[in-house]
Amino acid sequence: MTAAAPEPKENMGQPVPRYDAVVKVTGRATYASDMPLDNPAYAFLVTSAIAKGRIDRFDLDEARSVRGVIEIVTHENAPELKESKLFSDGGYAGTTIQPLKSAEISHDGEIIAVVIAESYEAAREAANRVKVSYTATAPSATFDSPGTTAAAAKGQNAQFKEDAKVGDFAKAFDEAEVKITAAYGTPTQHHNPMELFTTSCAWMGDNLVIYEGSQYVYGLKNGVAEQLGIDPDKVRVVNPYVGGGFGSRGSMTPRTAIIAAIARRLNRPIKLVPTRDQGFTIATYRAETRHEIKLGAARDGKLVALRHEGAEVSSRADAYCVGGTKTTTRLYACPNVDSLVSIVRADRNTPGFMRSPPEVPYLFALESAMDELAVQLNMDPVELRRINDTTNEPIGGKPYTSRSLMACFDEAAKAFGWAQRSPQPKSMSDGDWLIGYGCAATCYPTQMAPSAARVRLQRDGRTRVEIAGHEIGTGAYTVIAQTAADRLGVPLEKVAVFMGDSDLPPAPVAGGSNSTASTCSAVMMVCDQIRQRLFKAVMPDSLTEKAKETVGISPAPTTQAAKSDRPLDIEKAFDALGVGVVEEYGEWKPDGAPLDSFRAMHSGHPRLVGGHQMKDQIAYAFGAEFVEVRINRFTHEIRCPRLVGAFAAGRIVNPRTARSQLMGGLIWGMSSALLEATEIDERYARYVNDNLADYLLPVNADVPGVEVIMLSEQDDRINPAGVKGLGELANVGTNAAICNAIHHATGQRIRNLPVRLENIEA
Amino acid sequence: MRPFSYQRATDPTSAVQALSAAAASTPLTKATAQPLAGGTTLIDLMKLDVMRPAAIVDINPLAQGWSAIELKGDEVLRLGALAKMSDVAAHAEIQRNYPVIADSLKLAASAQLRNMATLGGNVMQRTRCSYFRDVSYENCNKRNPGSGCAAMDGVNRMHAVLGASDQCIATYPGDFAQALIALDAVVEITGRSGIRTMPFAELHKAPGNTPDIETTLQPGELISAFSISGRWPRSVYLKARDRQSYEFALSSAAVALDVQDGTVRDARIALGGVATVPWRAREAEALLKGQAFDDGLAQRVADAAFAEARGRRHNSFKISLGKRVVARALQQAVTMEI
Repeated sequence: MTAAAPEPKENMGQPVPRYDAVVKVTGRATYASDMPLDNPAYAFLVTSAIAKGRIDRFDLDEARSVRGVIEIVTHENAPELKESKLFSDGGYAGTTIQPLKSAEISHDGEIIAVVIAESYEAAREAANRVKVSYTATAPSATFDSPGTTAAAAKGQNAQFKEDAKVGDFAKAFDEAEVKITAAYGTPTQHHNPMELFTTSCAWMGDNLVIYEGSQYVYGLKNGVAEQLGIDPDKVRVVNPYVGGGFGSRGSMTPRTAIIAAIARRLNRPIKLVPTRDQGFTIATYRAETRHEIKLGAARDGKLVALRHEGAEVSSRADAYCVGGTKTTTRLYACPNVDSLVSIVRADRNTPGFMRSPPEVPYLFALESAMDELAVQLNMDPVELRRINDTTNEPIGGKPYTSRSLMACFDEAAKAFGWAQRSPQPKSMSDGDWLIGYGCAATCYPTQMAPSAARVRLQRDGRTRVEIAGHEIGTGAYTVIAQTAADRLGVPLEKVAVFMGDSDLPPAPVAGGSNSTASTCSAVMMVCDQIRQRLFKAVMPDSLTEKAKETVGISPAPTTQAAKSDRPLDIEKAFDALGVGVVEEYGEWKPDGAPLDSFRAMHSGHPRLVGGHQMKDQIAYAFGAEFVEVRINRFTHEIRCPRLVGAFAAGRIVNPRTARSQLMGGLIWGMSSALLEATEIDERYARYVNDNLADYLLPVNADVPGVEVIMLSEQDDRINPAGVKGLGELANVGTNAAICNAIHHATGQRIRNLPVRLENIEA
Repeated sequence: MRPFSYQRATDPTSAVQALSAAAASTPLTKATAQPLAGGTTLIDLMKLDVMRPAAIVDINPLAQGWSAIELKGDEVLRLGALAKMSDVAAHAEIQRNYPVIADSLKLAASAQLRNMATLGGNVMQRTRCSYFRDVSYENCNKRNPGSGCAAMDGVNRMHAVLGASDQCIATYPGDFAQALIALDAVVEITGRSGIRTMPFAELHKAPGNTPDIETTLQPGELISAFSISGRWPRSVYLKARDRQSYEFALSSAAVALDVQDGTVRDARIALGGVATVPWRAREAEALLKGQAFDDGLAQRVADAAFAEARGRRHNSFKISLGKRVVARALQQAVTMEI
């Protein structure tokens, strides 16, 4: 075993290498824009240079004269498309702002023209030669900009149903012995997955094939069909590999239907490869947020009052919000809780999901405030969490299905060397560097969604699993192959997995960290259907009767045998059945999924359940994160030499891919705290640093030490796979842990992200 | 990017000829023919549609004659303009006797870029001002003379606090140039009428009223070498930046000292990340000469280096930061073991 392939503990699978490791490191993995097309034309986008106003006219003469230009599509000649509702309103779209519909401009970088040419180079050159005359009006950029409007999220966002509250916050806070009131802020961030927001569309008669990196092929298929006004069964979305998603590919962007419609008009496949900077405005982003936290506690540290007010920016068109108070009001024991989420509308594109959408900004605020409270109480921040640890969430009193928060704190503290911390701020240093230690809790809701799968088993053990899941770099192929191999008792190398194709049985969106729990539960169920058929063939009636006596009448003993770990002689079973292949299809849904789950699954609507929305329980994965920061006394440069996280997330199917997810999360969390922010020029409501040179991400030298500890945890109350999901667990607590460490190093509390050297006072 | 012709130069004369097409009054950056060395700036700006040359003259074939690293006698270092940044940074003699040069190169860009980029191209690197690099902003006096400056009241955290004009506040982005200007380097220029030399300090032009004119080079002129007199083993390049590698300076200082018996005999200070051009802090240097070094003096020197600095909305922090960087670089240079 190596660091990359940790020794499995109890309730963990084997750290087998990635199913797709060889094709990826040899460059043979085919991403959407690698797919060969027959005589394609190439598209290049022209995007708006203003955020608000209208296009007066285009001068296209120079652009049209570029050799190889086929057509230039603007609002004046664009194919007509039907509207799609926002994802959170039951539609498919990440924005309801539909470009090329009129001369009106709603946000910076909106698509205003599409140049189609015989080559990428010609399309790009012609796009550079498109001249646009605008009448610009003053846009509202963000919080505090004139012209924005603010209102409570409840009532305007269908998925935000309630502002959580319990008890009498005002009275309890008023009477509390110790109080904290503090305001926090987080910046705009962009996902910047490696794979650009490309799309290729090819028609064969009435049938459309879309090659596009997507986290939800069924959503995209149905959404594009809706916009084009065609039968969804005529649309196929293919992406066997996705070059990172982080939420940016979870909902449909306007570009896909536009390119599909132009391809239909020109009767030719079209390939679109937008630029990196266009990716900042043609897809979604994490909006900036603001928070006010009030904590009241007794002298012994017990919370008596907690209030979290959050505000988020969205577009004029859409009331998108993440509403993380659903988590922050339930994390700790506290009898009096209040919360409020509001949405501020500005002239921006619509924000969307980005890795742990609610938890990243909202837990930054809460976990910073908890550290402030610990300082005020003169208490170890780990002990403050222990005192307020709980088995039941305080709003509805529902029990957590399992909760290993303090076990994670203790393991991580030990590995980090927390005991060596001298608690006084500014008390630790090494040469030119002030040293700070900080920690924070992390958590993420356990979510599941209906999923189907088809499994085919041959007499020689060769197995084929088909499921329209998504390999966004997480290890989905690997864990599905492991699950099938385990259930069927066949060698792993005999299992082939097919994903990323909407012609396969539907799987949910690869979002909300639900994929492993959902797809593996479905694959397990279908494998058990196969086992049941095989057991039926080999179990003589008398045996069946005898088994019935021992286990009772129902369920049938073959079902029991199928679900047990009882080994099966596949060849014998096939001989008894007299066939060469057994194939089963099945549809699985989690407990509490709505009645329309399976219908919705096929029409591209994931019915995610879990987290705090379960009926009699609440399910979250937990972790604890410890960081060391170093701050240069002279330059105030901030570096983070050590990140240590301990996590418990139910069954770990593969410790290798799980560790990779958690490690990536810790690194992103550090990046989010110290580097990442999309700068907005408030005069123009335009993004300024829209490229990977100016939007900073960590490089290797910024990440010298990351340690991931996975705790053994068994939870049989969540889903058949026993999996909580951890893709979005590790990047949540890091922001606060780093600011808490900066406070320890300098005595200075920083409440707005990212923290840069100019924020450190002398 | 737009179509362009490509030709490989066979020798300096043919290169100069091919590049001389534009009138002498054309700013070098707007010349129809542009030289291609490592390409790490030019190709980037062509993709962004900021530079639109009709012809590219690949001067890499001249590398054989123009990439030598030579120590002439004991006292003159000559660096060919087509030497790669990584080769110069790794040169043992330069690490020993010119640490400010080695470190300024090593702390610049990424390993991949340093392997591609040349010294001559590096000093000609154009500003990273976001508004300059994004042609969708009309108002950039550097790109479109007379159109205004979007950065002046825009997002200007990375911009200059020294050497700015009311036309332009774009920062000169490089590191190596600070070492060159500090060490009184001489630049050797090959042009139509042969080879000329001038102090490196005269190569770059502050923006003034003509921010589109960035250097004193004319179309058809190429930097062929740099030379430095004297050895500077007591020299330091200190660079403060947002991340640990591959990032432009928020503030940097190139410092070279000659200290004997506790007295500063000679001092050179240049500033990076804070000025519109490679910036020599001569008034600050003067305070050091003939003085015994202490931390109070370092502070006064640092204050003098930024006496003329003017901050704007997001970059005022660079004044205080820059002073701390200068003072710390001086302390490091004084205490270094040579």
